Amino acid sequence: MAVTDMSLDPSVVPAENTKNAARKPRRRSVFLRRPFFSLALLVALGFVLCAVFAPFIAPYDPTAQSIEAMMQPPGGEHLLGTDSFGKDILSRIIFGARYALTIGIVAVLIGAGGGLVLGVAAGLSAGWLEWALMRLIDSILALPSLILAIAVIAILGQGVDKVILAVGISLIGPFSRTVRSDVLQVKAQLFIEAAHLMSIPRLTVIRRHILPNVFFPLLVQITVRISEAILVSSSLSFLGIGVSPPTPDWGLMIAEGRGFVSFAPWMSGMPGMALAILLVALAIVGDAVREEFDPKLKRAQ
Amino acid sequence: MSETSLAGQVPAAATHGAETGAMAPHDLPLFELLDVEKRFTITRPTGFLKREKRSLAALDGVRLTVRRGASIALVGESGSGKSTLLRVLLGLAEPSDGKALYCGQPVNEMRARDRDFARSVAMIYQDARASLDPRMTVKALIAEPLMHFGLCGRDEVDDRVRALLARVGLPGDIAARYPAALSGGQVRRVAIARALASEPTVLIADEAVSGLDVSTQAQLLNLLRRLKREMGLTLLFITHDLGVASYLCEEIAIMYLGRIVETGPTGAVLSAPAHPYSLALRRAAPEFFAPITDPLEGEIPSPLDLPKGCRFATRCAFVEEDCRADEPVLAPIARGRSVACRHPLHEAERSAFSSGVPSPAPPDRPATGGAELSA
Repeated sequence: MAVTDMSLDPSVVPAENTKNAARKPRRRSVFLRRPFFSLALLVALGFVLCAVFAPFIAPYDPTAQSIEAMMQPPGGEHLLGTDSFGKDILSRIIFGARYALTIGIVAVLIGAGGGLVLGVAAGLSAGWLEWALMRLIDSILALPSLILAIAVIAILGQGVDKVILAVGISLIGPFSRTVRSDVLQVKAQLFIEAAHLMSIPRLTVIRRHILPNVFFPLLVQITVRISEAILVSSSLSFLGIGVSPPTPDWGLMIAEGRGFVSFAPWMSGMPGMALAILLVALAIVGDAVREEFDPKLKRAQ
Repeated sequence: MSETSLAGQVPAAATHGAETGAMAPHDLPLFELLDVEKRFTITRPTGFLKREKRSLAALDGVRLTVRRGASIALVGESGSGKSTLLRVLLGLAEPSDGKALYCGQPVNEMRARDRDFARSVAMIYQDARASLDPRMTVKALIAEPLMHFGLCGRDEVDDRVRALLARVGLPGDIAARYPAALSGGQVRRVAIARALASEPTVLIADEAVSGLDVSTQAQLLNLLRRLKREMGLTLLFITHDLGVASYLCEEIAIMYLGRIVETGPTGAVLSAPAHPYSLALRRAAPEFFAPITDPLEGEIPSPLDLPKGCRFATRCAFVEEDCRADEPVLAPIARGRSVACRHPLHEAERSAFSSGVPSPAPPDRPATGGAELSA
């Protein structure tokens, strides 16, 4: 390893390297690189706008009944038709976006909050405490989220707030499982040992090194799971144990139209389509967010 | 490494403090390993529902002394216990037997007592990228030890980070970046800068330059050499590259299966190895325009079933009957040199490596003194 100090002066080469790196052209914007993501984001934002400005956008009162306008097909005065009570389906879908998004987002936040606490505790604890927490998580996971939500509804009763709570609780299990596996993964990393080597106190290590590395994957999980929460809440309404009529909820609307599906398919079809479009859009947005913000996937690009 | 042999004469570690009490504290060796053993218990199935518990000695009676200002290379194959030795030195693993001392005090106690040990012993990991938190910028990474050890005020951090980056040959504008955006060589430099931030007296590097391309490796070696000279660092360098060892370190300790088999000044050991394993390592290193003459045959034996007698006997080209009888201990053979071999090599044997029928052991070898010295 005979190397002259002059030719390989350590201060020269990397300086040039970084200058080159700085001159490197900026990466193209996410929206150009991912056209499907942009489209899905626009759709999702469209739903959000509908939800926020529902009273201004909706052409009719979502709960107003009219005997003259019963079960009108799409087109004409009622753009998406009317249901068996003569309520305007478009207006109900627009107002329904409020319920779908509110329930989805708040329920996911409840699930993520509970999952973060449980998962971090289970990942960091040891001995009987870890055992107890893991059995608790297992017992939540043992039931599918819909069944668990039904059980919670059975205890709490019906209503929008109860649905939010039920869906949120049913999501704690999956969230805490992913958080725990993230914590275990981060805990085994070399930089945690390096921090320990510097005698940094345990709580500081958790706050400074473990939590940030767990939090970003959790954010990605949140965007991915909003659609699951909306689906579960719609399922509850469809089964007739979620929100009570005449609330303009999509699941409820699908259920109401079920009996008329052979001669008035738009009654179930329109809210079903709205639900499907929103879920697909959210799924695409969630996937893109995951791919963009995961440092491992990012480095590979 | 004359202290290596001295350490063998200390009868028991308990009296160590009393004996060295007269010495000024800075005369104490920084690190002292006294017959350190590290055993791991493993369970393996031996049949249906039957399990067997066995203990595996990753370190088996290691004796090593690190003087202040020394630079020591630890060399050995994978599985020879280098990393375990490191963990014991750093206080991350407690020795199952024997003592690991830092300035005359057990490492674990020193680590538990205050932050001073953590500040003065810095570590550079083999996987530099994994040793840096990917969610922190370079500035935050280097500032962390600065702030943690209270080495500078909040307003000076920027300047200190800049100075440290300059010291390892990185431009200051790299401070705003994340490790993922840096090249392999740059990440190593950042890791070195971070290690230097705590103003350590000992720098422990685990394969700090392996896996890099040759020019980057050369830059880093020059950098480490310069830092060692300028900052008076004590350097403990783990490597399996003899070239790196000879370039950077004045002393070398060669490990085989959890034991140090030969120590001494790097030049002397590498030019005239006394232990057959050192010779085999030397021969196995590729040289320009020459085929590798005598690659070491076979795999390193499992520490679970060690060969009887000398642990290198199964692969040794000079093995004799009494090698398989009992285990040789590390004993001095010349000034500053020790070797754990019943029949240390002579010049004639080294040159006639392949054909060699080794001569019997020199009479002055302490062949039976091993019982009370070895663990």
